Amino acid sequence: MARSTVCIVATLASLALASHTRADGLVPYTIVGDGIADSLTGMPGDAARGRALVLARTTTCILCHSGPFPETRFQGDLAPDLSGAGTRWSTSQLRLRLVDASHFNPDTIMPSYYRTDGLVRVGRNFTGKPILSATEIEDIVAFLATLRD
Amino acid sequence: MILWRAIAAAILFAGIPALLAGEIPPDARRSGYSFMGPDTRAMQDDDTSNPGMLFVLDGETLWRKKTGSADKSCADCHGDARSSMKGVAARYPAFDKALARPVTLDQRINLCRTNHQQATPLPYESRDILTLSAFVAHQSRGIAITAGEDPRLAPFVEQGRKLYLQREGQLNLACTNCHDDNFDKRLAGSPITQAQPTGYPLYRLEWQTLGSLERRLRSCMTGVRAQAYEYGAPELVALELYLMSRARGMPMETPAIRP
Ligand code: HEC
Ligand code: HEC
Ligand code: HEC
Repeated sequence: MARSTVCIVATLASLALASHTRADGLVPYTIVGDGIADSLTGMPGDAARGRALVLARTTTCILCHSGPFPETRFQGDLAPDLSGAGTRWSTSQLRLRLVDASHFNPDTIMPSYYRTDGLVRVGRNFTGKPILSATEIEDIVAFLATLRD
Repeated sequence: MILWRAIAAAILFAGIPALLAGEIPPDARRSGYSFMGPDTRAMQDDDTSNPGMLFVLDGETLWRKKTGSADKSCADCHGDARSSMKGVAARYPAFDKALARPVTLDQRINLCRTNHQQATPLPYESRDILTLSAFVAHQSRGIAITAGEDPRLAPFVEQGRKLYLQREGQLNLACTNCHDDNFDKRLAGSPITQAQPTGYPLYRLEWQTLGSLERRLRSCMTGVRAQAYEYGAPELVALELYLMSRARGMPMETPAIRP
């Protein structure tokens, strides 16, 4: 009870003070249909940085996915190969997929990279933080869009 | 593995109550051993090349060493472990009447230290507890796992099963997502197994030492960026119990080798 009151007060306060960031520290976005049309940062991402991010183990993509990455053998096969993702999906679909993959498949094992609610027992170092920042999401979206068949 | 689900469902439908939906049927259960390369298997198969055996031998020395203010050794009360400890590890975690909850083999050994040897408990994951536990569990090598059969354990097995199915951590993944639905696939290049707890404590090449099942479970939790349960926490014991009961009938391998 006490907690939820505090939470509501905090939400109201942040609504009053800053209409551009949400109480959870995530930038707001609008889902239209099956995508998020607008960049989370208001700017286009950097595809080269996006490629490096997808390859980085801490970003976790290639734990599950493979892709056109000849430089590494350590790729997963729990998920589709990312080659051609930019042909199969629009930029706004890719953005929503990264932000919240459960929108496409409620049982998906793909983590939601820009979400902090509805999670259980999150590790102390990770609580309240999305897996990726808005800038990182945009960089990865820009990179995925270049993966055309 | 949708196929296993279908088989499991079919078996349930046929009226065999032991198997829960989503569980791997007995004849499809595979130890982590079967996922390893030939070199690692050979290392486990040959006691002279299995580094885990050195820990077992150290455990045997401790077994015979008098300690605590009771000045008693394990052997003073339990005699020859080859007969007295045979099959014991295969039914742990077991229900402890005084505590009214399941205890792991490590916890049981520490209860003997405090209650019967009047000695201090050994810290979790310390070399001494691992060697003693490896020595005791080695006496069950080849023996079928029976853990979880005691009806008093039922609510704890169920607690463990719920935790196993629960998504957790920043990556929001449950044990079952990897170890039931995706075994035989590769996570960043390494094979995912069925998480059968048959070989513990075991020698992990990545650790370069012997480690407990709890250490393994904690590292899977950390991997999904969840807050790992503390060693000995009731939740971790329940998970361990569930995994052991899920492996019912599989032979113990202690000390196993894993990559
Ligand atoms: C835990 C496993 C996992 C991780 C980690 C993961 N994904 Fe996925 N991803 C999946 C699965 C499974 C699918 C298939 C669709 C579904 O079930 O949601 C998928 C689908 C996709 C698709 C659509 C595939 C297609 O072309 O049809 C894209 C694009 C994608 N993921 C990108 C990423 C990126 C980028 C990352 C890292 C930021 C990532 N994924 C991390 C499991 C994962
Ligand atoms: C003074 C006698 C005594 C000593 C010394 C002793 N134990 Fe025990 N142990 C017992 C008794 C009695 C039990 C039955 C449970 C109980 O009452 O604690 C037992 C139970 C056990 C069990 C569980 C057996 C089962 O069937 O579930 C294990 C394993 C065990 N001891 C290992 C050890 C180890 C390892 C040591 C040395 C570190 C040790 N014990 C030292 C008396 C002893
Ligand atoms: C993202 C996938 C993933 C998740 C989720 C996961 N694990 Fe694992 N687990 C692994 C990998 C990879 C290994 C190392 C290779 C193997 O044995 O599967 C492993 C190993 C294990 C092993 C060792 C098996 C052996 O042969 O010694 C056990 C037991 C285990 N996990 C249990 C669990 C439990 C319990 C959970 C939930 C708390 C869990 N895992 C969650 C990927 C996962």
